[in-house]
Amino acid sequence: MPKTEFSPSIDSRPTYAGLVSQGAAPAIMVADEAGAAALFDLAASDASVMDHAHVVLVGCDAAALGDVKPVALHEAPDFDAATPLVTQLLNTARMGTQIYLAGSEGLIGHVSALAFAAGMPVDEIQMEHRGSIARRMQCVHCKGITEDVTTDPFTCAHCGLTLFVRDHFSRRLGVFQGVCVDAETPGVVPEVVEIQA
Amino acid sequence: MTMQFNDETFRGDYTYHNSPEAIRRFPFPFDQDSYMYSVNIEQHPGGPKDTPFEKMFDVDEHYVAEMKDREITLAEDPLRCQSLPHMELAGWDLLELIMVSKARDYPDLFTLHRDGNDWHWINKPLGIEKKFTFLDATTLPCGPMEYITRQTQGDFALLHERDNNLWMDAGMITSQADWSLDFDVGMNFFEWHAPVPKARKMGVFDKALKFLLAVGQGQHYRRLNWTMTVNPRLDTSPENYHKWGPEKRTITPENVGQKQFLRVELQTFFRLPRSNALAFPIRCYLMNLEDIASNPKWGRRLHRVLRDIDPALAEYKGFAVNQKIIVDYLSQFDDGAPTSPGIFPDA
Amino acid sequence: MKKLCLKVTAVEQLSPLVKRFRFEDPTGATLPVFSGGAHLTVEMPEGDTIRRNSYSLISDPYDGSAYEIAVRREDRGRGGSLYMHTKVSEGDDITVSLPSNLFQLDLRARKHVLIGGGIGITPFLSQLRQLDMEQKPYELHYAARSREEAAGIKLLPQAAHIHVHISEEGSRMDLGAILDGQPLGTHVYTCGPDGLITAVADQTARLGWPKAAVHSEAFTAPPPGEPFDVVVKSSGKTVHVKADQSLLEALEAAKVDIDYSCRGGACGRCHTKVTACDGRILHNDHWLSDDERAAQQDIMPCMSRFKGTRLELDL
Repeated sequence: MPKTEFSPSIDSRPTYAGLVSQGAAPAIMVADEAGAAALFDLAASDASVMDHAHVVLVGCDAAALGDVKPVALHEAPDFDAATPLVTQLLNTARMGTQIYLAGSEGLIGHVSALAFAAGMPVDEIQMEHRGSIARRMQCVHCKGITEDVTTDPFTCAHCGLTLFVRDHFSRRLGVFQGVCVDAETPGVVPEVVEIQA
Repeated sequence: MTMQFNDETFRGDYTYHNSPEAIRRFPFPFDQDSYMYSVNIEQHPGGPKDTPFEKMFDVDEHYVAEMKDREITLAEDPLRCQSLPHMELAGWDLLELIMVSKARDYPDLFTLHRDGNDWHWINKPLGIEKKFTFLDATTLPCGPMEYITRQTQGDFALLHERDNNLWMDAGMITSQADWSLDFDVGMNFFEWHAPVPKARKMGVFDKALKFLLAVGQGQHYRRLNWTMTVNPRLDTSPENYHKWGPEKRTITPENVGQKQFLRVELQTFFRLPRSNALAFPIRCYLMNLEDIASNPKWGRRLHRVLRDIDPALAEYKGFAVNQKIIVDYLSQFDDGAPTSPGIFPDA
Repeated sequence: MKKLCLKVTAVEQLSPLVKRFRFEDPTGATLPVFSGGAHLTVEMPEGDTIRRNSYSLISDPYDGSAYEIAVRREDRGRGGSLYMHTKVSEGDDITVSLPSNLFQLDLRARKHVLIGGGIGITPFLSQLRQLDMEQKPYELHYAARSREEAAGIKLLPQAAHIHVHISEEGSRMDLGAILDGQPLGTHVYTCGPDGLITAVADQTARLGWPKAAVHSEAFTAPPPGEPFDVVVKSSGKTVHVKADQSLLEALEAAKVDIDYSCRGGACGRCHTKVTACDGRILHNDHWLSDDERAAQQDIMPCMSRFKGTRLELDL
């Protein structure tokens, strides 16, 4: 599956330029199953990029990377399991460490927020979107996060309100904002459509 | 104490009201009969006597009630007040600016005694007396920004300057025009303004940011912004949109004069000394159409502004659904006579 | 622009070339406090012109009892530092701007690395007091050619995280060793000669540091040069810029309305459009990009000069 091209949007909506090798520097790479293919392509473009790379694969096994051999390869079943590991890698990292993130917007948003909190400017993080264009949505009302949202509007997994999908994105939280769609006219909900790239 | 404070509410039974004096001094935001974005910036403080522009931080008859409303909002949702760790110093700067200004401008309401870093603050309207050590957060019941903004009308954003941009890294936001501090905290100037239509294309934000970055110590500025709110509600947050949203659809030709409010933000800008951060207080004034129209110039002008406004702005400011009823109501106050320039009432 | 009329209350020779000046309010009033890295603009009236130079504050930023600056004598400069060294003494009146900061610390940083070369140590003297008060981890490196020239030594506390590198004594500063292996979230700040700033920029780029973590301030005053003429578009008036005058100073003397702040080519406030240019603009600022310099359609009058037959400014 190739890199996703998104249509132009507002300034707070993140864009993902695609992974470009920064050479044989220390690196932290995080990817999901679709994103692993981007890491594979990255290694194909420059094998040295894996020389000092710690790779964390979320929700997929090492086979996704084929014969690519980073310094260390960690597997985590989901974000919750990956978070302490990525945080630890960031906390012990040195200046010059490169961050590569590939996969869904949820994964990129979640891990870029961790890297930003560790002092990494977001525009210096290598990001490539692959796979599902599902969004990681925060309900502005109950603050609960609903993963893998593919429709607009959608139902908040926590408070049950019907939310519309905004392009407004918080780097700190790594989420898009969902706002009650029928607040003024309860029950009057627009037709559900698939989210477009 | 010379000032009388209203016993009133900003939710539930909505007993908020403006006295004739409050109507007279209302910061009407339109200096001409039409409206489009502009970087309408003036020096602050300064302006005619007994207007909200005269003092650094205006204190009026709504002070005590507004602080009670903030307390309710914060108790329900503590995330309305947030400060990223590096912003505590800016919080102290803000506390100093407000305490020093209020004690100087309203000596009968506020007193500040300073002996080095040993400070003694007395806030008579709220019945607060506190001795604390300046720059030592352990001597206050909460962070310095939260402490002082629980005692000061208006919302407050503290902006951190870096990389030629401003970052909203702290704030006390309980009377916002439909934006979420919890979501926007940590964003830069362009990100947090991203949902505003048209303005980026017009270059308004580039100019505004350039101006703000150049604001120096000792130079303070202000501008007016506005929107429309149904009922005198301070907490029009997105967090509670599902609670106040239905009220927007209760406007009828019969009640529009009393229920539809013009919401004016007096925004001010201060460069803070120790942190080099920018303080961005956003003070909210609410007045219903009936009270506005009691001033003939304002009635005529508001009719023309809201009748002719760009539809995208009516949508963004959230009154498009009620625009027809509002304009029809206001038309009775517009006899077509010319209006005088400037925002102040005709003498 | 708001100004402060102060009294010179102390002048001290720190080294053969550097003097320290202390300014206080004549009535004993408290001065506005400031942030680490801030500077003042000092007015130096001579005849019918007022020269203004900016100097980093070196005193405790949270102490409003006085402002202190350190000035290095530049015998080949426009005369600002010579004025400070020869005409200013204890008891004199002096007019300064309010503090302003173009070189502030990023207090989010996990660690701060401060690198000062020569008189470029000055902004760090206030910054390290702020870092101490805010209890932030930092290390400071001060490089000078000789101990005699190292005026800053007298002003620096002795501590394990404060390092002095004297090249004459063979202890040259090794930027690679300083910058390599710093923890993620470190910020580096450099002030000193252009060569030092460039060396730190190159070294951090080699090590893959994010640009946003690399800060610098060049402490240059406007250089003198050959005299030239400039035309003010709105009035058609020709203004002559003398050899020891900056373009900004010449425009001010001719009562042309122009905004400014740092007077060192860093803040962008005096940025002016060029409406005609037959010749070459000598860009000496740190504000314009390389493309803007090459296009010759913008100029920073506080620092830059001109060589050619006609320069017209959109003023």
